[in-house]
Amino acid sequence: MIATTGATSPATPAAPAAAPVRPPLLKVEGVTAFYGNIIALKGVDIEVNEGEIVTLIGANGAGKSTLMMTICGAPRARDGRVIYDGQDITRLPTHEIMRMRIAQSPEGRRIFPRMSVYENLQMGAALDGGAHFQEDLAAMFELFPRLKERVSQRGGTLSGGEQQMLSIARALMGRPRLLLLDEPSLGLAPLVARQIFDVIRALNAERGLTVFLVEQNAFHALKLAHRGYVMVNGLVTMSGTGADLLARPEVRAAYLEGGR
Amino acid sequence: MEVFVQQLINGLTLGSIYGLIAIGYTMVFGIIGMVNFSHGDVFMVSAFTGLICILMLTTVLGMSSIFLILVITLVVAMIFTGLVSWTIERVAYRPLRGSFRLAPMISAIGMSIFLSNFVQVTQGPRNKPIPPMVTDVFVIMERDGYQVTLAYKQVIIMAVTAGLLLVFWWLVQKTPLGRAQRACEQDRKMAALLGVNVDRTISLTFVIGAALAAVAGVMFLMYYGVVNFADGFVPGVKAFTAAVLGGIGSLPGAVLGGLLIGLIETFWSAYFSIEYKDVAAFSILVVVLIFMPQGLLGRPEVEKV
Repeated sequence: MIATTGATSPATPAAPAAAPVRPPLLKVEGVTAFYGNIIALKGVDIEVNEGEIVTLIGANGAGKSTLMMTICGAPRARDGRVIYDGQDITRLPTHEIMRMRIAQSPEGRRIFPRMSVYENLQMGAALDGGAHFQEDLAAMFELFPRLKERVSQRGGTLSGGEQQMLSIARALMGRPRLLLLDEPSLGLAPLVARQIFDVIRALNAERGLTVFLVEQNAFHALKLAHRGYVMVNGLVTMSGTGADLLARPEVRAAYLEGGR
Repeated sequence: MEVFVQQLINGLTLGSIYGLIAIGYTMVFGIIGMVNFSHGDVFMVSAFTGLICILMLTTVLGMSSIFLILVITLVVAMIFTGLVSWTIERVAYRPLRGSFRLAPMISAIGMSIFLSNFVQVTQGPRNKPIPPMVTDVFVIMERDGYQVTLAYKQVIIMAVTAGLLLVFWWLVQKTPLGRAQRACEQDRKMAALLGVNVDRTISLTFVIGAALAAVAGVMFLMYYGVVNFADGFVPGVKAFTAAVLGGIGSLPGAVLGGLLIGLIETFWSAYFSIEYKDVAAFSILVVVLIFMPQGLLGRPEVEKV
């Protein structure tokens, strides 16, 4: 299964077009976050440039999902800053951060269980004001034909894979500039997981969508991403291009050969 | 048979009022998991608002059109009660969000005592009457001198309730506002991640619940013709019982529960003993809590994740 993806993946993605001149779309500077008294992020620095796919890999409990949520202000960063599109969003309430066209498909998918698939998608479109609803709905049904079959079914009755598709589609309905994806392949059949990675790649190539991706499936994530970060115990320990990280023996040992 | 029909009519009228109040309990519980013990007193405040409004319109402005008086009173009561409820949420509940679960409930009990005492001090402890309104009745059956009557005001109460519920159902099911409300009820964190202003949505839930209670308050006043400062408690607790019976968190459940409690209470009064009508109503609360805690239309606790 791993070998088959080699053919389609962009082996060495060219460095993002206008990298050095423009400030990054998302910049996380020395961010710490706590759950009660327990420290989850110990001063994290990450940059995501416009048009990039950046991945964050790491073991369970490393703080990957916490970082995703901290970018969105819940939990709020205790120290450090989150800069989005040149603006400090560290202290903004979550809904205002999201209205700046950041969308997240969060850990656990968080589908509204007692709303239909259609209504879940409507909720996603609210960020966009609903102006392109029909158009985007058609596009999502094309990406995920399964959702079309299930359109009036309640979210809580979908299978895990269908919920994952719905979660991503819901995030995309808001026409985000920055898409935060937390473990999109979790619990999916390999074929469906691959399909989702293909969708991410296509959205990035065609629409220039910027993606920040947290994954446990390190091999696929690093193949897909332009750049990657490795997180251990609330700290970023390594960074580099996807291909670069894939080649490093310590990454291979911890996340590819042993861990799978 | 005649007694039965008459009690059916009376029960449905009373049940409409309970149902309108019960929606406020069930919506607030649905969205923040709190039993809003001050809701019954908000209902009582709305009845007083209606009383003052009706007296002003009839005596100061000399208005005589019953229809106009009712419409204006309803609008004024809904707006004022909505504001009261919004303020209560702001000062008494929101600061406690994220605190331990009992804190807002204790605060709500405090708010309930505050409201009834405030009204007692400012309006006096006695029953306050309004001039009799809409006194006409239809006689729909008569046998051996026993008349089954359907009062105009009962028709008004049931019609207004039904109309309001339709509007409310449409609001919750079909509008972006209602969708945001349901989203917050199901997953507040995710709703915020989709750009929903959760605090504002919670405030709106309180306002909508209070507006429905305000209609119930004005109807109660019109039906009984009197109100006093302690009138929030018993209808409030009965409406809460109705919400539990219907399945707390379920909107159709609140209405169904309200109607059932109204019917049970009136039939009990007619066939058994009027002194024990409250005992009958509250026994239902106990029985429901023991044998079917999820209520009639409530959802089971387990959701597929």
